[in-house]
Amino acid sequence: MSARRVRMPAEASTAAWFFLAPALALIGIFFFLPVAAALVLSVTDFDLYGIANPANTRFIGLQNYVRLLHTPDFWSALKNTFYFAFVGGPLTIAVALGAALLLSSKLVRFKGFFRTIYFTPFVTTLVAVAIVWRYLYHTRYGLFNYGLAHLGIAPIDWLGDPHWAMPAIILMAVWKGFGYNMLIFIAGLQAIPDELYDAAEIDGAGPFRRFFSITLPMLAPTLVFVAVITMIGYFQLFAEPYVMTQGGPLRSTTSVVLLMYEEGFRWWRMGYAASIAFVLFIVILLATLVQFRLQKERT
Amino acid sequence: MTAPRDSAMQSMLQRQRMTQVLLYALLVLGAVLALLPMVWMVSASLMPSGEASTYPPHFFPSRLTFAHYSDLFTRLSIGKYLLNSAFVSFVVTFASLAINAMAGYAFAKLRFRGRDRLFRVLSTGLVLPVQVAMLPLFLLMKNLHLINTYWGVIIPGMASIFGIFLVRQYALAIPDEMLDAARVDGASEFRIFWSIVVPGIVPILATLSIWTFLATWNDFMWPLIVLSDESHYTLPVALANLAGEHVQDTELMMAGSVLTVIPVMLVFLFLQRYYIQGVMAGSVKG
Repeated sequence: MSARRVRMPAEASTAAWFFLAPALALIGIFFFLPVAAALVLSVTDFDLYGIANPANTRFIGLQNYVRLLHTPDFWSALKNTFYFAFVGGPLTIAVALGAALLLSSKLVRFKGFFRTIYFTPFVTTLVAVAIVWRYLYHTRYGLFNYGLAHLGIAPIDWLGDPHWAMPAIILMAVWKGFGYNMLIFIAGLQAIPDELYDAAEIDGAGPFRRFFSITLPMLAPTLVFVAVITMIGYFQLFAEPYVMTQGGPLRSTTSVVLLMYEEGFRWWRMGYAASIAFVLFIVILLATLVQFRLQKERT
Repeated sequence: MTAPRDSAMQSMLQRQRMTQVLLYALLVLGAVLALLPMVWMVSASLMPSGEASTYPPHFFPSRLTFAHYSDLFTRLSIGKYLLNSAFVSFVVTFASLAINAMAGYAFAKLRFRGRDRLFRVLSTGLVLPVQVAMLPLFLLMKNLHLINTYWGVIIPGMASIFGIFLVRQYALAIPDEMLDAARVDGASEFRIFWSIVVPGIVPILATLSIWTFLATWNDFMWPLIVLSDESHYTLPVALANLAGEHVQDTELMMAGSVLTVIPVMLVFLFLQRYYIQGVMAGSVKG
């Protein structure tokens, strides 16, 4: 009987490979292979002539990377992307945490209703809402400046002023993205035992004290996870500036991915664009490693 | 009960009431801010031409008109883009459902050499941004003559590492005894998958399909790259294109945005329980 229980290993593993084959083939051919090819592409001068005839392509070593380092447009794209990620990321996380705390309070009802409303912007189509926000930011007719006028603030040229364009994009990204992080925070908050709060309350700890001594430390692992995924997502900024500002004004909203898109798919400098893509990859990898390191130190 | 305790109790209750009012005020304010852009989008899409560009801004239409919607369908062939988006999203969803479910199950429950190592290699893919793959992927698609075809959008979306993760995590809970019992009875591996595993993982399959559908519907960058001819555009690509040509037609653009957003909103509102499960499942293992 026990001999029959375990099937012939060969048969089981044949079945396994059968189940795996389609997924592995697709991911291998259409994801891992192109990633590896991008590394190769980035050390060539592949361009429009290369598309016409691959024989026109030469190996040029690290020249693309060297050129990047000497290109002001690249540095400004990197700076803009960091601006978006390091201002927009924490802001999104803060709003998400605030909303999660509100929705976790024992004093409120209709939690499911509010949760759905707050989460809805996250599922909407980015391109569509970017277009909507472009009109909300209209200098003369937009609701934003109309609201500000009531507060006595002069109209702001949101998307036309190089100083305001990125904050405007960040504001929209916060609105669209906080709901996802909020859900994760709500789950994290639910995992904190009530007894901790009860004990703190008996000891006379006020709401702020309870937040900083119980909620925040207990939520630390969730916070790191949320920070990592938010940053990874935000480093890939593309559709918002593509639709709302075309990277302007004065390239103030051109992100790394938008620069890669323009170089690669508008000017067909694909070797050069591949080196931009790899810089993006390294930035994301470093940010991920730093944040996991922080998490390890805490525990 | 003595009088002083009573009044202490009362002031505590009063304070609680105040806090409650404050919390509700914040919640309602948040809800208004979250919904405002969407409500204005719908409202402006129903305004007569030019009304969305007046000062002071009108929040509600003075007169309801569906002219922009009919314009989109008759003059700007948005029906075609809707169908393109629907076709691409449905095919990707069904294909990825089958392919990721099989792979996720194999990683969770079948023993084969090199399984753990293979899974680790696959997980490294999660930190690779998809944009890195796009340049060579374009060249690959060009060689396969898939540029400007629906398949150029569909094929790269048919398997996803995240999808395999999702299914694997869920399938781990299937008891081995159940599978072994079926093997003793002589059931084939495929039969076991189809009649024991699939019914057992239906909830996660629901989650996976909603995630895939919404992600494919909303996707912009890859379709923008691979679809060069208008007749194949998906809605977001067509919309971004229209936004460039019809900058002044605020009401028309809002109608186009409504048509793009409404389908995903409906899917989410009706199936949000499964969608939210995906958020949670994704966060279990950082």
